[in-house]
Amino acid sequence: MRHLLGTKTFAHGIHPPEFKADTKDMAIRQFDFASLLIVPLSQHLGKPAIPIVGEGAEVTRGQCIAQPDGFMSVAIHAPATGMIRKIARSPAINGKMMPAFFLEPFPASTQEMPGGNPCDAETASKDEIIAAIQQAGIVGLGGAAFPTHVKLKVPDDKQADLVIVNGAECEPYLTTDHRVMLEHANDIMRGIPYVMKATGAPRAIIAVEDNKRDAAEVMRKAIPPGQPISVEVLPVKYPQGAEKMLITAILGRKVPSGGLPIDVGAVCINVGTTAQIGALLPSGQGLQDRVITVGGPGVRRKGNYRIPIGTPLRYILDKVGTEPNVSTVVMGGPMMGHAASSLDIPITKGSTGVIAMVDDQTDTMISRHEYPCIRCGHCVDACPLFLNPSQMGLLANVQRYDEMASDYHLMDCFECGCCTFVCPSHIPLVQKFRVAKSAIRKAKAAV
Amino acid sequence: MNSLAKTLTIRSSPHIAAVAGVDTIMFNVVMALMPVSLYAVYAFGLSALLVMVTAVLSCVLTEHLLCRVSGRVTTVGDWSAVITGLLYGLTLPPSLPLWMVVAGGVIAIGLGKFLFGGLGGNPFNPALVGRAILQAAFPAAMTTWPVYEDRPFAALPTSTLTLPMTVPQYDGMTAPTPLSDWKFNQVAASTGDLFLGATAGSTGETCALLILIGGVYLAARNMMSWRIPVGVIGTVAVLSFVLNLWNPDKYAGPWFMVFSGGLMLGAVFMATDMVASPMTHLGGLVYGAIIGLLVVLIRVWGGMPEGVMYAILIGNALSPHIDSLIQPTVYGTAKGRKKELAKGGAK
Repeated sequence: MRHLLGTKTFAHGIHPPEFKADTKDMAIRQFDFASLLIVPLSQHLGKPAIPIVGEGAEVTRGQCIAQPDGFMSVAIHAPATGMIRKIARSPAINGKMMPAFFLEPFPASTQEMPGGNPCDAETASKDEIIAAIQQAGIVGLGGAAFPTHVKLKVPDDKQADLVIVNGAECEPYLTTDHRVMLEHANDIMRGIPYVMKATGAPRAIIAVEDNKRDAAEVMRKAIPPGQPISVEVLPVKYPQGAEKMLITAILGRKVPSGGLPIDVGAVCINVGTTAQIGALLPSGQGLQDRVITVGGPGVRRKGNYRIPIGTPLRYILDKVGTEPNVSTVVMGGPMMGHAASSLDIPITKGSTGVIAMVDDQTDTMISRHEYPCIRCGHCVDACPLFLNPSQMGLLANVQRYDEMASDYHLMDCFECGCCTFVCPSHIPLVQKFRVAKSAIRKAKAAV
Repeated sequence: MNSLAKTLTIRSSPHIAAVAGVDTIMFNVVMALMPVSLYAVYAFGLSALLVMVTAVLSCVLTEHLLCRVSGRVTTVGDWSAVITGLLYGLTLPPSLPLWMVVAGGVIAIGLGKFLFGGLGGNPFNPALVGRAILQAAFPAAMTTWPVYEDRPFAALPTSTLTLPMTVPQYDGMTAPTPLSDWKFNQVAASTGDLFLGATAGSTGETCALLILIGGVYLAARNMMSWRIPVGVIGTVAVLSFVLNLWNPDKYAGPWFMVFSGGLMLGAVFMATDMVASPMTHLGGLVYGAIIGLLVVLIRVWGGMPEGVMYAILIGNALSPHIDSLIQPTVYGTAKGRKKELAKGGAK
């Protein structure tokens, strides 16, 4: 059907306002170094890295300062030339205290970044590329912060037939992937061969939403002749950037419940991650900064900035200037991002945006009167996984969490928030599901 | 130090939301009912206006009082009691004694809605609950229809102001509705009259055109499931077309069946009550088709000329069962996956 209609997309989903106009035309600018950078040891899913420099050590920008602890972990590099003041606990965006390096950059330093052990896509083996990506500290820069090398290691019994380079960027406000595609096309094209070689996939598709036609055009032109790489422009829809939705949109295949993209032969990698692979691996450098959209109605000098990892929110907001009525600072996009509880929380590898929301906006858009469920079915219509949020919400109210999981596939929910977005009764559905999921996980862990 | 020294609000994502709330949707339903309500006043005059105003007031006041008595914050602000009252008023004969209107309104909200926990809890459309009880209690008054008068504003029918517990006297001319005319006299009204509302009937059921305009407005704003009315009307049209082909003397044609009686009002504004109808698209179509089938069965083979009210109430009762039988197939689960395996996608 979708092929007959000529529009490749997935079923259901929503169309939130884009709010991208403010920053989509703003070129990436280098952000200044804060006087103190807070670099957490855990900026990825998996085990925290192990520090290899102590307090008082002088480090160079790009130098490896923590080694991965096992396969589900990546290295961490110094985001600036300076001195490690201490290694201590610091608040993370999830509200927990996490150990972190407190790095004081030397104000006089030129912040030159030396190279390391280059890895060449032509000559390196699969395993060498995967090890190099882990050593470069690369994780999914689309927000999930899943270690990229783990994703690229295809199990022996599976086979990848397609790499999907994810430039969908469906979250409102965020324009980082858009700018990276426009400004770092060559890095992306250098990165794709590494990914294809590591996964063994014979072809790659760069997926771009229709509101970034300029980026799709730049991508198309940048593809080196003869490469099995193509560009696919998809209709604008949220949550198209989610792996499962993107695979369904492009291939028409559905990732089995509880399964991974590789189960249907696909590997998805964020376009910004691909650009970092293409930029870092040829010179053997480590990941020490990333592109972030600083925006929202509460920000004065909105833009896309290349910000050193570890820069505290307070420093960023001071630099760009804020309106007096900022009420919430969201890290990530407004659909799935986290509200910061403190401005001492630093930018990490998984941060995609810093969005300052203002009083009247959050009041009119969120803190409204909650009505009972009127069974309108809008959530059922919106859920891209065809779950039944209304029914699960009722079960969550009476804490029948196990039933939600066994009968209604609660654990498949990836918390895109579509159900809550459309609910006319303003019932915090996805929030209830998060509570339910964590209760189930806790119960499982206790057994 | 910047201005962000103040306390930040922490909440769980999403941090933005669609704008239309329950109150907005309900208000829009009221707006969509305005054309047909105004036409009812134009066609049936002062008595219809009084019936509708009384119906709305009795429903809203009942809701407010029940909330106060049970110690809750009043819920009249969500407009749902207004809708119940208006819909209920639109289903009543224009000359119904006002004390009966009040009684039905109290029953609609008290029995049809509040007893089940208020908004979101009612298994049946409250307006129809009120009407059904009136129909059982006062069958004669509920089936006496005034004639379309030339000067309906000049005077009130004496029946309107009948004292409670007394039998209403009808001073004016009464007329059969098109449906009873067909059932008992085999006379069919013209489709044009039915479409434009120049017939006898309940206050809001006569003008199909204005009902459709309201329905299209709501469907276009995604505030009503268009699948339900399509299911109802489509089923009635198809079944009556077949029956009419078979024996045109005994069975009325599809245009007559679709535009007469409460079918349009019921299909567009009653069956679509979100609370009492299924949630899925397919479920909505099935539910609509069941109601359509019941309408035809009751009208053609039942004892009464009209059956929309009962058909919808039965549909309401079946709705939770339709919802539990027709669930969306979860992404990536067995049913969805078989196709993938057949395509050779899964490895």
